Amino acid sequence: MSEGNMNLTLKVWRQKNQKQKGELVTYPVSNVSPDMSFLEMFDVLNEDLVEKGQEPIAFDHDCREGICGMCSMFINGRPHGPKEGITTCQLHMRSFKDGDTVVVEPWRATAFPVIKDLVVDRSAFDRIIAAGGFISVNTGNAQDANALPIAKEDADKSFEAAACIGCGACVATCKNASAMLFVSAKVSQLALLPQGQPERYSRVQNMVEQMDKEGFGNCTNTGACEVECPKGISLENIARMNRDYLVAKAAH
Amino acid sequence: MALDSKIPEGPLAEKWKKYRSTVPLVNPANKRNLEIIVVGSGLAGASAAASLAEMGYKVKVFCYQDSARRAHSIAAQGGINAAKNYQNDGDSVYRLFYDTIKGGDYRAREGNVHRLSEVSGNIIDQCVASGVPFAREYGGLLSNRSFGGTQVQRTFYAAGQTGQQLLLGAYSGLQRQVGMGSVKMYTRHEMLDVVIIDDKARGIIARDMVTGKLERHFGHAVLLCTGGYGNVFFLSTNAMGCNVTAAWKAHKKGAFFGNPCYTQIHPTCIPVSGDHQSKLTLMSESLRNDGRIWVPKKQEDAEALRTRKKGPNDIAEDDRDYYLERRYPAFGNLVPRDVASRAAKERCDAGFGVNNTGQAVYLDYAAAIDRYGKIEATKQGIDASAAKIVELGKAVVKEKYGNLFDMYEQITGVNPYDEPMQIYPAVHYTMGGVWVDYNLMTTVPGMYALGEANFSDHGANRLGASALMQGLADGYFVIPYTIGAYLSNEIRTKAISTDHPAFVEAENNVKAQIDTLLNIKGTKTVDYFHKKLGKIMWDKCGMARNAAGLAEAISEIQALKAEFWKNVRVPGSADELNPELEKAGRVADFLELGELMCKDALNRNESCGGHFREEYQTEEGEAMRDDENFAYVSAWEYKAESNWELHKEELKYENIKIAQRSYK
Repeated sequence: MSEGNMNLTLKVWRQKNQKQKGELVTYPVSNVSPDMSFLEMFDVLNEDLVEKGQEPIAFDHDCREGICGMCSMFINGRPHGPKEGITTCQLHMRSFKDGDTVVVEPWRATAFPVIKDLVVDRSAFDRIIAAGGFISVNTGNAQDANALPIAKEDADKSFEAAACIGCGACVATCKNASAMLFVSAKVSQLALLPQGQPERYSRVQNMVEQMDKEGFGNCTNTGACEVECPKGISLENIARMNRDYLVAKAAH
Repeated sequence: MALDSKIPEGPLAEKWKKYRSTVPLVNPANKRNLEIIVVGSGLAGASAAASLAEMGYKVKVFCYQDSARRAHSIAAQGGINAAKNYQNDGDSVYRLFYDTIKGGDYRAREGNVHRLSEVSGNIIDQCVASGVPFAREYGGLLSNRSFGGTQVQRTFYAAGQTGQQLLLGAYSGLQRQVGMGSVKMYTRHEMLDVVIIDDKARGIIARDMVTGKLERHFGHAVLLCTGGYGNVFFLSTNAMGCNVTAAWKAHKKGAFFGNPCYTQIHPTCIPVSGDHQSKLTLMSESLRNDGRIWVPKKQEDAEALRTRKKGPNDIAEDDRDYYLERRYPAFGNLVPRDVASRAAKERCDAGFGVNNTGQAVYLDYAAAIDRYGKIEATKQGIDASAAKIVELGKAVVKEKYGNLFDMYEQITGVNPYDEPMQIYPAVHYTMGGVWVDYNLMTTVPGMYALGEANFSDHGANRLGASALMQGLADGYFVIPYTIGAYLSNEIRTKAISTDHPAFVEAENNVKAQIDTLLNIKGTKTVDYFHKKLGKIMWDKCGMARNAAGLAEAISEIQALKAEFWKNVRVPGSADELNPELEKAGRVADFLELGELMCKDALNRNESCGGHFREEYQTEEGEAMRDDENFAYVSAWEYKAESNWELHKEELKYENIKIAQRSYK
């Protein structure tokens, strides 16, 4: 079905909708090219399924260049697959060997219910941001951008935290399904900037409160999230968030 | 119908200032009763929705992704332009205006572009205030770099993730309004039709993509912030879901489509690797700041590179043709995108292309690594060996472009620090779009188009780092004012019930199309048709076009469209998450749009910007415009299937002397 020479066995989670039970279904795929991305391999499989009159596998994806955060496969027990520092859409088939069996599941977390097959509902993340992940500045209120110098070191750290793409790999890999890495990245980005100071402590409280409400688990410092994060978001952010949260709690 | 661009009278620099202060206002109590629908949540949509909600309007936002944060603005890499003159290099509002008009090959409106330049500085201020972590210098001030088509440094950036950081800034403002209840967000929803009542846009029909349910939504105004239509080519740098459907449905209900043939082919993308290819990945234009583009001078070397008998590092310096530096010494590797793309195609067509397909050129960082290494060695005060210089230079390049280099290696398996990257042009952006007046209103009263979805600011070619600028200008600083001109007359309009016959009819039509698609039960997949359409468009309406090819393309597309409606296979049902059904609806619209693009390209008997007609070129192979006959915007009115009427909006240049574009 394609121009390559790898043959693989896929075991893919199929689930009709949120209410019905799902199961792993086996699909052999042949002639896979090492230059294909993992999602392109799925495209080819889906084309095949449609031609055979079967239902294609639903999966989330959009930009296919590792930045939108939409793709979300749990591959052989790891979010975004075996390679570190990349998303599923950037994973290429040269990372697999001819004859491999590959198990593909959706993100698993109470706060991320399965919608269909490999597609999950991550709207909890949006609600956490809506609870406080912003600086309250209306359009038109800004001063000249260079009127506020920011030390490069702080700006760089803030940028590193802001690199989070909200994919949810941190939640998927955590045994507690904790969202601490995601939440702390946003808290840190804004806490490190002078513009973020006025709301610094109310922000962290509101966001943590919403996170708990959504049913994410607690952090037990296993550090799995940092390992699996495709954007290298550091555990330091969690420490920073915890400090701010304690200060906020002590003050109120 | 006569087109009225509604550009305010008066001197260029005073138009916007004066208009902004005289445009009718809506008082706060009335704003609370006015509902605005925003379709799309990228830079234009998110910034417009947040700003309008802050002002007090009731806003509903729709996006097909699972979160507003995933709109494809997020993928913009290089930067955003603003006439701040922070580098003291002579930049000004006028220069940004001039560069943009010239870059657009004199096919954009002076009034709109000047307004864009005027508000560009406010955008940077707004973004910084909302926490966007732009790159900074050690003194704590903002850093800038250069982009194509300019000779100043006016591009603000956040490593190679500028679009992401700007979108997250706009998104956080949007989510703040969601949390306050002033914006209602509809994710995983797709707009499938617009509802017109008494000739005004009054709402939309949207499909909940999870349940399949069709929903009716009323609005006093509808804003299309739905991006461009590059995916008509199948392979492009757009996200997989980017589509023309919302804009196209609006077009079929009366919104004219402006300059559909103006497509931007970006010069620096990773070349196609095989038939499985689903999309193309851009390597940021910022790489042309430091990278040098070349192909071998000798055909036998090109041959050897294609068959891998030689590697790029085996080609001696004297045997390399840095063709952009040779042809355009003043701008060199930083010529605008259309020029750089055509030059790459010219070399590859002449037989000097380098990868196994012959469709690639090199983007080389060796000189930059050497230069940065030497500077770094001097800074550190060491007498470095050649190897040490390379090591230091690589570290500097890594800091500037690390994520782009990693991305390249991930996709190709080749380490670009050691071997030059291979690049080739790919479809990236569409300058054409829904026709709008100065208020950003389409030819349907109450319906607006913002950002890439409209046609207005980039003429026939967009300069790098100007898409982010335009999306945010439209959303943050233009629509909040200009929408008052319309809504101030709507304060007496009560919310219209969605049981109105126009809503019922629109929903029935959407349902009928979905049922038809599901019931064809043919033998070919949606992608089969999409790929075929893409190939026709790329071959005949791509980087170079000619009359014979365009005529062929039109009849081929018509035949393909007929086959699609007879033989497409869409599995599953309407009342569930059904990605094949979503794709089918989008491809159905692309098939119609593709025909119009070819028709527009055939009508425009000149070459300008991204539109290169082979019949119209200078002896040196540069684009040859025809200002006497084509200094107009083509605005197409939909009449019936395969039938459009052309309206012309004359472009008047009162401030800039129109000239042949030269980057030599």
